Amino acid sequence: MRNLNIKLHDLDLRNPVMTASGTFGYGWEYEDFVDMNRLGGIIVKATTGSHREGNPYPRMAETAMGMLNAVGLQNKGIDYFVNEIYPKIKDYPTCVIANVSGSTVEEYEAVAEKMNGLENIPAIELNISCPNVKEGGMAFGTTCASAQSVTRAVRKLYKKTLIVKLSPNVTNIAEIAQSVADEGADCLSLINTMLGMAIDAEKRKPVLSTVTGGLSGPAIKPIALRMVWQVHKVVKIPVIGIGGIRNATDAIEFILAGASAIQVGTANFIDPFVTMKIVDGIEEYLDRHNVASVAELIGALRVE
Amino acid sequence: MKKFVHDFIVISNKRLNSNHFVLELLSPEPLSTMEPGQFAEVLINGSQDVFLRRPFSIHNADRQKNTISLFIKIVGKGTHALSIVQKGEKLNLIYPLGKGFRLPAHEKILVVGGGCGIAPLLFLVHTLHDRGVKSDIILGARSAGDLLITQQFSRYGNMFLMTEDGSAGEKGLVTQHSMFSKGSFAYQTIFGCGPTPMLKALDKIATAFGIECQVSLENTMACGIGACLCCVVKTTTGNRCVCTEGPVFDTRELDGWYQPIAKCYR
Repeated sequence: MRNLNIKLHDLDLRNPVMTASGTFGYGWEYEDFVDMNRLGGIIVKATTGSHREGNPYPRMAETAMGMLNAVGLQNKGIDYFVNEIYPKIKDYPTCVIANVSGSTVEEYEAVAEKMNGLENIPAIELNISCPNVKEGGMAFGTTCASAQSVTRAVRKLYKKTLIVKLSPNVTNIAEIAQSVADEGADCLSLINTMLGMAIDAEKRKPVLSTVTGGLSGPAIKPIALRMVWQVHKVVKIPVIGIGGIRNATDAIEFILAGASAIQVGTANFIDPFVTMKIVDGIEEYLDRHNVASVAELIGALRVE
Repeated sequence: MKKFVHDFIVISNKRLNSNHFVLELLSPEPLSTMEPGQFAEVLINGSQDVFLRRPFSIHNADRQKNTISLFIKIVGKGTHALSIVQKGEKLNLIYPLGKGFRLPAHEKILVVGGGCGIAPLLFLVHTLHDRGVKSDIILGARSAGDLLITQQFSRYGNMFLMTEDGSAGEKGLVTQHSMFSKGSFAYQTIFGCGPTPMLKALDKIATAFGIECQVSLENTMACGIGACLCCVVKTTTGNRCVCTEGPVFDTRELDGWYQPIAKCYR
């Protein structure tokens, strides 16, 4: 029996496999497929200060080895989350993490403060990287100053594990990571989607209602892997790797690059069982390489 | 209703004309309970270009043979890949998904299908027939050669045909059938599936007669189970997922009228 346990700041995860926000709903969507006892954690759909309708249809475009989305943080707001959603997810047998987003620093603060009061949510993931909203979102994650200001504000009032989710749509990811870590983030998760675009040549029109959207799936994996590696080299806090992971080998690659845990996103849409298969595959890898604990592999990339 | 992921076996792949075909698929397990109007998300095998599953209405089900069928129009890479699957191949399906047609207690039912909108309606009239209800069915297409599988429909109900060029049945759009202009309109529920203008016209008719109209919508989807929120339709209560809150909606719930599918995707 190999040890799959991972420590992410104050979080003790049974294994490094989590689900990415926006790809796993609130968990119950997958209840017929996934045994939550087998997951390291789930990050539920983003919550904002008030109800958001999201963007108009069309919100999705398939691309080579990936997809673009322009959902735009559709959700019913923090009060609805506290009153209606939290009671249904608080006793899941896995680590339940909320994803927090907003258009202003005050909105992030308001949501984070209410999340702080929810006993069974031991961590939040601060989403400063959503490319699909006009104000806020990614705007906070693309300069060091704005990433710092929102992290600092939330850090002051959020007492539990604070994960900050970084945008890949930047020139120097390591610089942003460092500045967020300096403001007291406990953990970093990366990457959110890459800004992209799809065109319907027949109609000479963009496919998405918002013209641009966020690219996810295996298409972005090499970029994500590179960014995890760059960030892991400069920060002392744990990194969660996200981007195109669809099997255990992908997950292991991220861990070797420096990720302490990984999130599976788009792959859930294609294979609802994929997270559990990845857990099995990681264990099999440890067996094959005679590694006692998955934690030994974190950043264990051999660079000549 | 519990959802399953199963590898179905292709029993037959029957080409109906240049761009429509029907797949008959054998389930490895006893078929799940299904409502007419529900759909399946089909994984496309070994295609370099097709990344996501494709959603298709359950066209019909045969519990004795333990098979379901899918009626598919070739409109893009995914549907083209499915059009060439061979007997004996396996197809991975997530099913049954979504909310189907809500069947009324009364028997005064009109079923209207336009073009490939007939896809979910065969299972609907089949189910109604099993309950002892023989519905009236209007099927429409551009011309006689595009009217597909009408014989199968006629097993379950009374047929009325419409073609745009008048080569079969009455001439015009399905929503221009002479029954709609008669003073006596005996139906209490209309079930429809087809292009957006047709559904809009059905809504108008239903409103004029003060009756209920349920329509099955199509949309681009990623997950099919309400997780990604990509397949929304604008309704009177905001954006709602076609995959979990539909695909069947009461037309009175729809707002800002639903648009057709992006051809480049399917």
